[in-house]
Amino acid sequence: MQNVEQNVQPALAVSDLNVEILGENGAFPVVSDMNLLVRPGETVCIVGESGCGKSMTALSLLRLLPDSARVASGSIRIQGEDFLAMGQRQVEDLRGDKIAMIFQEPLTALNPVLTIGEQIAESVRQHRRLGRREAFARAVRCLELVQMPDPERRARQYPHELSGGMRQRAMIALALACEPKIIIADEPTTALDVTVQAQILGLISDLQKRLGTAQILITHDLGVVAEIADRVIVMYAGRRVEECSVYELFDNPLHPYTIGLMGAVPHAASLRGEAEAAPERLTDIPGTVPPLWDLPKGCAFAPRCPGASARCLTERPPFIEKTPGHFAACWEHDNV
Amino acid sequence: MSDIAAPNTASPLLSVENLKVHFAIRSGVFQRQVGEVKAVDGVSFSIDAGETLGLVGESGCGKSTTGLALMGLVKTTGGRIGMRGSEDVTQMRSVPRSYRRRMQIIFQDPFSSLNPRQKVRDIIRAPLDIHGLGTAAERRAEVAKLMSLVGLRPDQADNFPHQFSGGQRQRIGIARALALKPDIIVCDEPVSALDVSVQAQILNLLADLQKQLGLSYLFISHDLGVVEHVSHRVAVMYLGKIVETGSKKAIFSKPLHPYSELLLHSAPAHDPRKRHSFSAVSDDIPSATRKPSGCAFHTRCPLATDICRQIEPVLEQKADGQSVACHNR
Repeated sequence: MQNVEQNVQPALAVSDLNVEILGENGAFPVVSDMNLLVRPGETVCIVGESGCGKSMTALSLLRLLPDSARVASGSIRIQGEDFLAMGQRQVEDLRGDKIAMIFQEPLTALNPVLTIGEQIAESVRQHRRLGRREAFARAVRCLELVQMPDPERRARQYPHELSGGMRQRAMIALALACEPKIIIADEPTTALDVTVQAQILGLISDLQKRLGTAQILITHDLGVVAEIADRVIVMYAGRRVEECSVYELFDNPLHPYTIGLMGAVPHAASLRGEAEAAPERLTDIPGTVPPLWDLPKGCAFAPRCPGASARCLTERPPFIEKTPGHFAACWEHDNV
Repeated sequence: MSDIAAPNTASPLLSVENLKVHFAIRSGVFQRQVGEVKAVDGVSFSIDAGETLGLVGESGCGKSTTGLALMGLVKTTGGRIGMRGSEDVTQMRSVPRSYRRRMQIIFQDPFSSLNPRQKVRDIIRAPLDIHGLGTAAERRAEVAKLMSLVGLRPDQADNFPHQFSGGQRQRIGIARALALKPDIIVCDEPVSALDVSVQAQILNLLADLQKQLGLSYLFISHDLGVVEHVSHRVAVMYLGKIVETGSKKAIFSKPLHPYSELLLHSAPAHDPRKRHSFSAVSDDIPSATRKPSGCAFHTRCPLATDICRQIEPVLEQKADGQSVACHNR
């Protein structure tokens, strides 16, 4: 939360959000004590592995949680307005207009029986008083904006006629159709080939520079984080364990989980021009993520943590500012 | 390890020559053949004992089909697969068990590749049963040994696959592949479905097993970081053909083929201070069903000239055992 002007109203402010899933044996938390502030023009990445609560966080921000889950407490403010207090009608007005989502798998997120142009036009007409023809023309302009090759023709095609990369462009065009202030992207490049991923990442950052949207990007890939984030939140077992600027995260990660993740990723850059040897070992994180309905009593990461002490096993560490702008939940680094 | 060290005078453990797998496209009432997909179109490579060859490329390039063809799981259209001490299997109607024993496979998805109704014990034992190896007691002991070898607790042998996490299931798949003491394991995207922290565990396990048992791997992956980490040598595939091959160091430090360069430049840098300025422009990406003439990469290649549009380049040997199929390099 440094380098962002404090006097600008945040596009999105989440405070003390708790989301729970209603299971057979009662409710258990999937997102706990989430706080999140995103300002216009800023990209916040939420990183973590499967089951850490990052996708549930994203869905709750659009009030798209599945029936089995609910927001237990907390507030979500979109440009100052209380999103959770709104009625269904108001939510639908806002969704797609001020806040929009880009999903991971465009083939399942797009409607297979409507052309790309029709889908974008439909979304535009939902929020703007435009005729069919005008809305379709706007759809074509949106496709131009996302640099879709041959937008006039593509607008008349169905999702299955497009390649994976073009589908993802179409979905981004759909999200941008009403010029939202906030975009939430859930693993937007995970289903794509690496050369196409590069194009889509390029596109997302270009568009943000031009349009000044506030972005939340959910990913498991630290490489994507390094390419695109301003600020990063690392989640583990439903909680934030670390939050800081992207530079600080890569220069000076504090939480043992973050450090473990960084050591666990083999990345191509490491070998460019460096000595070739037999593959050395990766620093793996032993064990697996604990199930959310059976979390350890203390720090959720303690059973896998190389530096865990007795205190870590019994008391949950608070999420506090360790150095200016750098937050972490760990009993270590208390005196940093 | 790599082909620079120890010039091997003996024939390599596995040599694949001009392997082709074509699929017919059928359509209409009479299912007449209207075309064909050349999924693998003249692929040659070799693997030495104890060596890992990384086969890298994007979806649809034919890398998985190559692995399946080696296993005899898809029918080959042409070419030769030679394993030291075994006959060429491509001409046979069915792959003999003596060959199958020497080559095993680990699949990408640890959920769909294990029978949910079988106990782990039976899954791991199946290859021993099929090949009739050992007595019942010996097989039982072997299962326990294999489970500890891959880091599973032998007392979990009576559990079912759904009782294990993704990483543990992949360990079960590895134990099953090891049961017959193969020489080569085809690893088809073995860590792509796993979380990063678990991915590292499996990659470390595969490296340990290679050292312990002297295994060779054909490691198929789209992930450059993973390929770089595990491989001794690397082959880059594009639309059914190997466009470049060489030592890991050569491919990652001085790639010659423009496609290899594009792949490397597209990989995120893992350093926010070295951000790429990725171009948002889409290029026209062809597929195996509509393969461009000449060099298949010419539609995306910055160096493409007239000759590239007309004549298909062949893989040519350059320095240090690096080979590239490009008219301009």
